[in-house]
Amino acid sequence: MNRPRRRPHWSRRIGHVLLVLAATAFLTIFLALPLAVVFVEAFRQGLRAYLSAIGQHEALMAIRLTLLVAAISVPLNVVFGVAAAWAMARFEFRGKALLGAFIDLPFSVSPVISGLVYVLLFGAQGWFGRWLELHDVKIIFAIPGLVLATIFITLPFVARELIPLMQSQGSDEEEAARVLGAGGWQMFFRVTLPNIRWALLYGVLLCNARAMGEFGAVSVVSGHIRGLTTTMPLEVEMLYNEYNYVGAFAVATLLALLALATLSIKALLEWRYGDEIAAHAPGGH
Amino acid sequence: MTLELSHLSRRFTDYPALDDVSLVIAPGEFLALLGPSGSGKTTLLRILAGLDYPDAGTVQLDGDDFLAAQAHKRKVGLVFQHYALFRHLTVAENVAFGLRVRSRKARPSRAQIAERVQQLLKRVQLDDHGHRYPSQLSGGQRQRVALARALAVEPDLLLLDEPFGALDAQVRVTLRRWLRELHEDLQLTTVFVTHDQEEALELADRIAVMNRGRIEQVGSPEVIYRQPATPFVCEFIGKVNKIPLTYANQRLSAGEWVLEGHPWNGRHANVVAYVRPEHLSLGGTDTQPGWTARLRHVYLAGSVAHLELYVPSIDQTLEADVAGEDVARLGLQSGAELRVAPRNAIVFTLSEQAGETSAEGRWVWQA
Repeated sequence: MNRPRRRPHWSRRIGHVLLVLAATAFLTIFLALPLAVVFVEAFRQGLRAYLSAIGQHEALMAIRLTLLVAAISVPLNVVFGVAAAWAMARFEFRGKALLGAFIDLPFSVSPVISGLVYVLLFGAQGWFGRWLELHDVKIIFAIPGLVLATIFITLPFVARELIPLMQSQGSDEEEAARVLGAGGWQMFFRVTLPNIRWALLYGVLLCNARAMGEFGAVSVVSGHIRGLTTTMPLEVEMLYNEYNYVGAFAVATLLALLALATLSIKALLEWRYGDEIAAHAPGGH
Repeated sequence: MTLELSHLSRRFTDYPALDDVSLVIAPGEFLALLGPSGSGKTTLLRILAGLDYPDAGTVQLDGDDFLAAQAHKRKVGLVFQHYALFRHLTVAENVAFGLRVRSRKARPSRAQIAERVQQLLKRVQLDDHGHRYPSQLSGGQRQRVALARALAVEPDLLLLDEPFGALDAQVRVTLRRWLRELHEDLQLTTVFVTHDQEEALELADRIAVMNRGRIEQVGSPEVIYRQPATPFVCEFIGKVNKIPLTYANQRLSAGEWVLEGHPWNGRHANVVAYVRPEHLSLGGTDTQPGWTARLRHVYLAGSVAHLELYVPSIDQTLEADVAGEDVARLGLQSGAELRVAPRNAIVFTLSEQAGETSAEGRWVWQA
């Protein structure tokens, strides 16, 4: 009965090879090539030109602003994301489906619209524009506007990562902690948080990458004031429009490196803690 | 500590989980809440643990309002059906959890906690498993860790939700005996939820049988088994033959089986007798009230034989249990004709109201 395994028919093998080739070609054209172009163009005039482009005052300010916006919006999104996931996974309430839809809204709305909404609310001609002006609060064309737009865009990342996990884990362990005498915060920090830590880290990574890379919504509310309200993606666009290719691509390399770093950390986590992540994943216990 | 539950009701969106439940739990007793799924037993347990609250009714602990205390202040130990061990903590850390979360004043020292954990792990026979994670343990071991964790906080009341539900048969029996011994050692008031009547009968001092959010009967295993209060208890506790009776000439009967001197004098039309398989005598004389039956099948299950008997006069198949060795002694073979006579029966008069059958009267009949 133990016949040697037959090789698949030649037509199937060719199909197999074609499929792999197609996938590779697709990835090369749409991902690897553009990424390579960014680095090639950035270094076209040598390392010195590259470094001086990054060392420009406006570029440094853009980097600083990008970091600042991410540093404010990511923690806020972590708090919101955990709270929303908790509400969605642990409680039954009226309008739960609506909350779910709202969490997903930023995924389905064009970022430009999101930006415009804030302009219409807080801009000089907007609903609250007059009031804000009277009290000397600047939101649009200022840092608060950038932060608001970024928070809106990155809203779903943490919550969407946590909701399915928390739903599948159930609340047994949390209830056990309560009965054993843990207060609310003790329960959260000793039981809930350790159980969701990897998913939370994923969410934070993705949220951060998007917060730093967001263009559309931020572009609308920024006003493009050089050195004051331009984040890195906006700076790239402005440099490019001024035909400063080396400058544009030099800043772009930083964004590309951020993306690569995010991916590597994610891959590293999966490799290093793969077993543990699997153990925490749905049905892994 | 005496726990007094009075008139507890709890409604979920589409059905009542508890419907006017009253029960007194005596200090040190081992009480089983027995019922099918959806009968409200777990809801009752969760209310005692402080994880759920009734819509109406009170729970008093020696006269104080027990429901006013939040879950983490109740000094209750709860073992979950699926154990709910903290998966990111080792066995020893799991057991220590309840002590570590105490406020600084009430918290024992590190060394004391370690010592107490070691004691408890020894008690549940897992003293060399302290460094393992829950995922590395078998079901029975996890169960014992959950128990040690619950006992660590020195609770006044121990609650167990289907403690043996997820274990295989052999482990279950061993753990059952062990739990009973543990209870005798600790004398801790214990309430456990189960849908397994055998478990309840074997373990508990007292059983509360629940059905559709109500308590049908509370009593010792002996009373629950021998004198079930309602048809539901009859049918839920062990196997039983249900035989409809007819009333004619001032007597209740089913075929040749005639019951003399019933207490109702024909006031009821719908009367049913319940006879347990082990309460059917075989091979008696014609003078005993009973039937002639044909033996259809003999299922020999180790020490006990289950017989399937067809009784033509009532057109019903009855089940009888006899000792395995009697099968050969009585020469029981499929197809044989023999006399069958009930020794005991519980007789209920039933009334039908709004599609629900309820028992109006009960008569414990003896031959």
